[in-house]
Amino acid sequence: MKRLVPIVIASIVGFVLILAKFIPPIQSWEENVVLWFDILAVFAFVLGGGNLILNHLKKISDRQAGWGFSVITLVAFLGTLTVGLLKIGVPPNEKYLDYVWSGDYQAEGSAFWWVFSYVYVPLASTMFATLAFYISSAAFRAFRANNIEASLLLMTALLVLVAQTSSGPMLTDFIPDDSSYAIFKVENIKGMLVNLFNTLGTRAIMIGIALGVVSTSLKVLLGVDQSYLGGD
Amino acid sequence: MKQSTMVWIILTVIAGAYLTTRVVQYHAGAVYVAPKVMTDEESGRSVTTWSQVPDLEKDSPGVEFSFVRTLGIWVSAFFTLAVFSFLVGDNVIYKIAESIFVGASAAYAMVVGFWAAFMGIFVGRLAPQFSRNTFMPSLEPDVSPNWLMLLPLAMGIMFLWRLMPAGGWISRWPLAFFIAVFAGLRLVSHFEADFVVQIRSTLLPLIVFAADGSFNLKASLWNSTMVFGTLACLTYFFFSVEHTGVAGHISRVGIYLLMITFGVGFALTVMSRYSLLIGRMNFLLKEWLHFGGTV
Repeated sequence: MKRLVPIVIASIVGFVLILAKFIPPIQSWEENVVLWFDILAVFAFVLGGGNLILNHLKKISDRQAGWGFSVITLVAFLGTLTVGLLKIGVPPNEKYLDYVWSGDYQAEGSAFWWVFSYVYVPLASTMFATLAFYISSAAFRAFRANNIEASLLLMTALLVLVAQTSSGPMLTDFIPDDSSYAIFKVENIKGMLVNLFNTLGTRAIMIGIALGVVSTSLKVLLGVDQSYLGGD
Repeated sequence: MKQSTMVWIILTVIAGAYLTTRVVQYHAGAVYVAPKVMTDEESGRSVTTWSQVPDLEKDSPGVEFSFVRTLGIWVSAFFTLAVFSFLVGDNVIYKIAESIFVGASAAYAMVVGFWAAFMGIFVGRLAPQFSRNTFMPSLEPDVSPNWLMLLPLAMGIMFLWRLMPAGGWISRWPLAFFIAVFAGLRLVSHFEADFVVQIRSTLLPLIVFAADGSFNLKASLWNSTMVFGTLACLTYFFFSVEHTGVAGHISRVGIYLLMITFGVGFALTVMSRYSLLIGRMNFLLKEWLHFGGTV
């Protein structure tokens, strides 16, 4: 009951979805199942939110190190959730002014929009922007042209980066555009690296990934891989 | 007092004085908004919304200073600097920003899921009349309730059962459904997009002729490199034969080509991160401090 039923559910649902691609009359099943999946994902978010609250409450009640930051996390979480779910400050839809709840939950000027624009976006983009420093620092320390493979990686990266700068193409400005040596212009080399070599390498990786996804999915649907069911 | 504390206090005072100057002289971070009045002709009800306008239009009729959005710019600037402060070292300001980010992003995902999927799909289909009368007036009037939507509700409740002290195993049923949908959809879509389409795109003519019938050397070399290069890279990933002899040489070429791919990938990643960094700097200098004229 605890293990057999979930395996049977996984097999039936998975194979029905695969068959739906090949049998037109049951293609609408796929649409329904995808909708159910989206709804179930909301419950998964609730589960995640519940876990976040429980973990941080435990940290606060145990007075663990850094419990003050847990308070801040909870306040940010509950505050954002409240203004978003209650549509605080959301004006009604332009076409349906009599329906106060008809406005978009992310409408400009609403409290949730404010949190998204002035808290979430700057924090998320700055977090990723700081990686510019770390990626440069890591490259400076790790990149050593001590064999052919490393040299190729280093030279390619440098060429693409140089070609991307405004002064990069000036390095080979002396080569006329219509000459037979135009292929050696920095911007053309970059174009070849990005459009040819990058494409063929990425293509091989994608084919490998596709085969991996197919085999992993089949293992789950056939009940060979049961790791998602947990231990007992 | 420690020397480093003294240095930070002096730097903070200088920064504060400078910011005060920018605020007084250039209205740093100030945001101006213009009203837009919407009126329902039948009921006569009107609602006013506000949109941001460029600072150059601040003296136009109806344009007002927005305290809430100006505060938003200052909050954004604070969070931007708070995250950048981690480059100096781990500190309290960064940890506060990090905690807020964790809380706000988790709640953001939940709110989007609630309004887009739960209310938009689930409630919209299960109770169309209620949805039409409240949050979704654009819904077609002849939509009837879809009772099949009770199934995901039941599965959702089973999913949340995991939080209960006993019977948590019941959440495995919806979890199995969840995993199966993901696996079933991904199996076909990945096979189609990443396997079939990629192979089809690699089946290129090795000898290319131009429209006038002449031999096109450049296109022929391009296609040949694409076909044999992809095969060489795939040979490197093919572990059913030992990489010795001819297979070894081909897989060696495959490694070299993959290194070029990784080099390009690294450069593109660096560029994307730097463009984000430039974006944040642009925000700090232009939108917040109003350098280079008003926004």
